Amino acid sequence: MNESHKQGRFGDWLFFNLTRAFAVLTLSMLVGVVISLTWSAWPSIKEFGFGFLTSSEWNPPAERFGALVPMYGTIVTSLIALVIALPISFGIALFLTELSPTWLRRPLGIAIELLAGIPSIVYGIWGLLVFAPIFGQYVQPLIGGTLGKLPVIGSLFSGPSLGIGILAAGIILAIMIIPFITSVMRDVFELVPPMLKESCYGLGGTTWEVVWKVVLPYTRVGVIGGVMLGLGRALGETMAVTFVIGNASLLSNFSLFMPGNSITSALANEFAEASPGLYTSALVELGLILFVITFIVLTCSKLLLLSLEKQSGKS
Amino acid sequence: MNLVVKRKAINFLALSLSLAAMAFGLFWLIWILWMVFEQGVSSLALTLFTQDTPAPGSAGGLRNAIAGSAIMVGLAMFIATPIAILAGIYLAEYGRTTLLGKVTRFVNDILLSAPSIVIGLFVYAVYVAQMGKFSGFAGALALALLVIPVVVRTTEDMLVLVPNSLREAAFALGAPKWKVIMMVTLRAAKTGVVTGILLALARISGETAPLLFTALSNQFWSLDLNEPMANLPVTIYKFAMSPFADWQGLAWAGVFIITLAVLILNILARVVFRRAAAQH
Repeated sequence: MNESHKQGRFGDWLFFNLTRAFAVLTLSMLVGVVISLTWSAWPSIKEFGFGFLTSSEWNPPAERFGALVPMYGTIVTSLIALVIALPISFGIALFLTELSPTWLRRPLGIAIELLAGIPSIVYGIWGLLVFAPIFGQYVQPLIGGTLGKLPVIGSLFSGPSLGIGILAAGIILAIMIIPFITSVMRDVFELVPPMLKESCYGLGGTTWEVVWKVVLPYTRVGVIGGVMLGLGRALGETMAVTFVIGNASLLSNFSLFMPGNSITSALANEFAEASPGLYTSALVELGLILFVITFIVLTCSKLLLLSLEKQSGKS
Repeated sequence: MNLVVKRKAINFLALSLSLAAMAFGLFWLIWILWMVFEQGVSSLALTLFTQDTPAPGSAGGLRNAIAGSAIMVGLAMFIATPIAILAGIYLAEYGRTTLLGKVTRFVNDILLSAPSIVIGLFVYAVYVAQMGKFSGFAGALALALLVIPVVVRTTEDMLVLVPNSLREAAFALGAPKWKVIMMVTLRAAKTGVVTGILLALARISGETAPLLFTALSNQFWSLDLNEPMANLPVTIYKFAMSPFADWQGLAWAGVFIITLAVLILNILARVVFRRAAAQH
């Protein structure tokens, strides 16, 4: 009896430490990524300092590198994606939680989640071989002929209709992040106590008024968290962007029709062929910048979502 | 009266837009899946599975890429699953309120959405650069690092759902905690954990970015884990970007295979999960 008791104690000790060691291992992945990337990027950090962030020069033969063009591409494509995806996701979440007949809710929800499961390379090849030609032939001339004629913002939509480019990459990204934002929005909309909604209906509110004046204010924090989660995905997405952005590390004007480069597409295209030394190091520094940006965005998203969970847990 | 009409009109407009948004979302899903199906089926042939990737202008298949992908994905799951399940057990059974538990949970959620290309860079820096060459093992390692957060998350979620009365019943019989966890809690949450593993498998099957500079690619048949290894995603990327029609056809066939696999895994995970939910 005593012997088996001892064995149990030892087993407990061993098992506890084993599981804890792997938890620590998971934790150390994050630390490891930051340390190893900083280490590999160090030659470039030392060489260019803060100038790396403000220089638009990307010249491998002369070993002059700056992150401005890829950073611009990453941020602008993600913003385009967000501007398109935000209203659409809101509409879909509204449909799924308030409008859809109950029997349709599940299959539609599953369809949106399947869209989230499709690997990004599928979006990429579809974007390059199917979407971009149609986009360049029909949609871009249309946008150029209408929005392009306006003052001020017209310059954003000028230039040749190539199909591929920053705008196309932004649109593909939007299609990719719609399911992520939608499913978070749907989940937080379902957190709203039915009593609150019913009180508004009871006062004679329309469905739209219930959503706009009760559901949305109640879930604001969670909605923002979901949007930032989508933004985090968009910033770090590689294949969908690399296929269609056009891969030009030159920025001559601000037109969204022009091909560009993002941090991820620069890495995907150049890293395997980069000569060791400063070139590789500069590319790793790009990756480090990307990781830091997405880390900040995802942390904000997580904190916002957690605070909503706490709030609804109390009430 | 006028106000009522206006409010109703706004309501109607907003709900119509919501319906339009839903149609818009489904439109892309159907268009993408249809193109993949149409192009994929037209390039499907038995030679896909019996021949290796060809030089431009000649016929060939995807045998080496399919084999390479299967090996790397399998190895990644083999490495990552036990680590992740044990870490998930820690979070659910020991670390619900400890500082280490809280921090790990938070970091794990961040890693879940972290850019996969950065994980590729990490493995390049710590493994490929040290060994001096790209290798299939490095690719498997990068994929394993992507599996861990997914499985940790689902394992923890599923263990937390197990009712405490089960644990208490086992403790009352005098079982030590590790036996309670392994033989009662984990067993009760088994189907949920399997769901997580299937979802992780679906996720890494199509991952391209982390393989670009770890496994690289290989035009020839090779099962050596210490050499660059062919794999479907990178082959698709290379072939789709090329101007050659036969390469693009092979890329579509590859995309069809991957999409089919991922959809089947996703649906399988859902079926398993529903069965688990029905049990409770």
